[in-house]
Amino acid sequence: MTARVAVEARAVRKRYGAVRALDGVTLAVEEGEFFGLLGPNGAGKTTLISALAGLAIPDSGTLAVMGHDVRADYRQARRSLGIVPQEIVFDPFFTVRETLEFQSGYFGLRDNGAWVDELLDRLGLVPKADANMRSLSGGMKRRVMVAQALVHRPPVIVLDEPTAGVDVELRQALWAFVKDLNQAGHTIILTTHYLEEAQQLCARIAMMKEGRIVALDSTARLLASFSERVLRVKLARGTLPGALLADAAPEAGGGWRIPIADMAHVERSLAQLREAGAAVESLEVAEPELEEVFVRIMRRDDAVPFPP
Amino acid sequence: MSGFPALLRKEVLRFWKVSFQTVAAPVVSALLYLLVFGPALGGRVGAFPGVSYAQFLVPGLAMMAMLQNAFANSSSSIIQSKVTGNIVFILLPPLAPAELFAAYLLAAMLRGIAVGVGVFAATLWLVPVPLLHPLWALAFAAVGAGLLGVLGIVAGIWAEKFDQLAAFQNFLVMPLTFLAGVFYSVHSLPPFWRDVSRFNPFFYAVDGFRYGFFGQSDVPPATSLGFATAALAALSCLTLYLLARGWKLRH
Repeated sequence: MTARVAVEARAVRKRYGAVRALDGVTLAVEEGEFFGLLGPNGAGKTTLISALAGLAIPDSGTLAVMGHDVRADYRQARRSLGIVPQEIVFDPFFTVRETLEFQSGYFGLRDNGAWVDELLDRLGLVPKADANMRSLSGGMKRRVMVAQALVHRPPVIVLDEPTAGVDVELRQALWAFVKDLNQAGHTIILTTHYLEEAQQLCARIAMMKEGRIVALDSTARLLASFSERVLRVKLARGTLPGALLADAAPEAGGGWRIPIADMAHVERSLAQLREAGAAVESLEVAEPELEEVFVRIMRRDDAVPFPP
Repeated sequence: MSGFPALLRKEVLRFWKVSFQTVAAPVVSALLYLLVFGPALGGRVGAFPGVSYAQFLVPGLAMMAMLQNAFANSSSSIIQSKVTGNIVFILLPPLAPAELFAAYLLAAMLRGIAVGVGVFAATLWLVPVPLLHPLWALAFAAVGAGLLGVLGIVAGIWAEKFDQLAAFQNFLVMPLTFLAGVFYSVHSLPPFWRDVSRFNPFFYAVDGFRYGFFGQSDVPPATSLGFATAALAALSCLTLYLLARGWKLRH
């Protein structure tokens, strides 16, 4: 059985004045994926999410959620989509529970109390259920926004920088919850500036730059093709022998980064250090990092738009 | 199930939770007008035969309060949601443009009518007023509050900042409601201003509403209801079209 497409964008273009916020974005996210949408500020991530949510209307191209066109069949599309907006917003007139009950009501749900209770519980909001939204801290407001996005149990959940300015406790609780939702079959789309988070969580990643998708692949393949293992070494005494110096890059704090292909390469490098009479102070084999992939892809001048 | 009932409930609760400001305060303003202008202008301004000036003033003040508060409700709710950003919680769910429209409109009408009822309740012991044709009065209350409720939706969506909305309120809604024959019969005006008044849709709401109480009016009530309803229908069509286009809400 082939997986169904949860989110599909076809040749989506959107201009704001002279700025091409989206410059022909084509993308398909399959049902059940944990998908990362990365890119620098202004790359078009939020515009793409807004277009998906019906908050922005594209100049051309189409978008669909669970097969429902976001304009022609907006009701079904919006029922299928839960969005946690980037900015913290709230209605100061109501309590946490009222906020969630109203949000359920907007989706036509009555008697949603059991699910609202579960959301309150999972997001650690039970003690604040009857507190006014105004009295909540930023992190607590963020939790309510996550709950608001989930009141209608949407099959597709979009989190637009959910951990910006959020404390460690919430971050961990949030990711545990989102992972559970993903395992229960929900499709998750995440944008974040914390690339370690994306590397740990997302199985597939799209990178955007200037309104276009410039990379789209599984996280593992992106790491393999754009990043490498490095040997991080700091010397207590002596200098790097010439053979190693050619490939090494200096690090802050006086250490070196030496790209390595495999473990035999590590042993060879250590042997060369011993022969040169250098004493090693610290040594570490660092795995590929998404941050490096990101930086390399964003720096490519010849960035090939994806798909070409 | 539709999301309309939830949105209506939220809009009603929004003003009801602060009803001291949204209902009681306008009632007090109307009472002050009555206490100041009633004695000051009584005897100088022409009313209807058999109707004292203070009596004449009560339905006019009630209607003016209804109009202004209906406008204030929908416009302030929308602009607050836009400025604070929580409008996304209304825009993300599958609410149809007609559902948004109906919820904001009905809540505005309810606030307007709550204020109107408050004005009558408060003036009951000061100036007793007959109620000869309650159905006419109710029809004009609904259409008048509806007209301003819709205008408030348009203004709330149009305005990007609070001062733009304040300008709309101060330069359009206040003058048009004030000059809608609240304080005088337009028959006492010079012919030019009498003719100008006839282009003010709010004038028909005030005049027809007054007919419901005294059985007398400047314009036959059916004519007034026709004009006011036509204005409401035209503005509603325009607003529904704007909402369906996502004007200023969906970029």
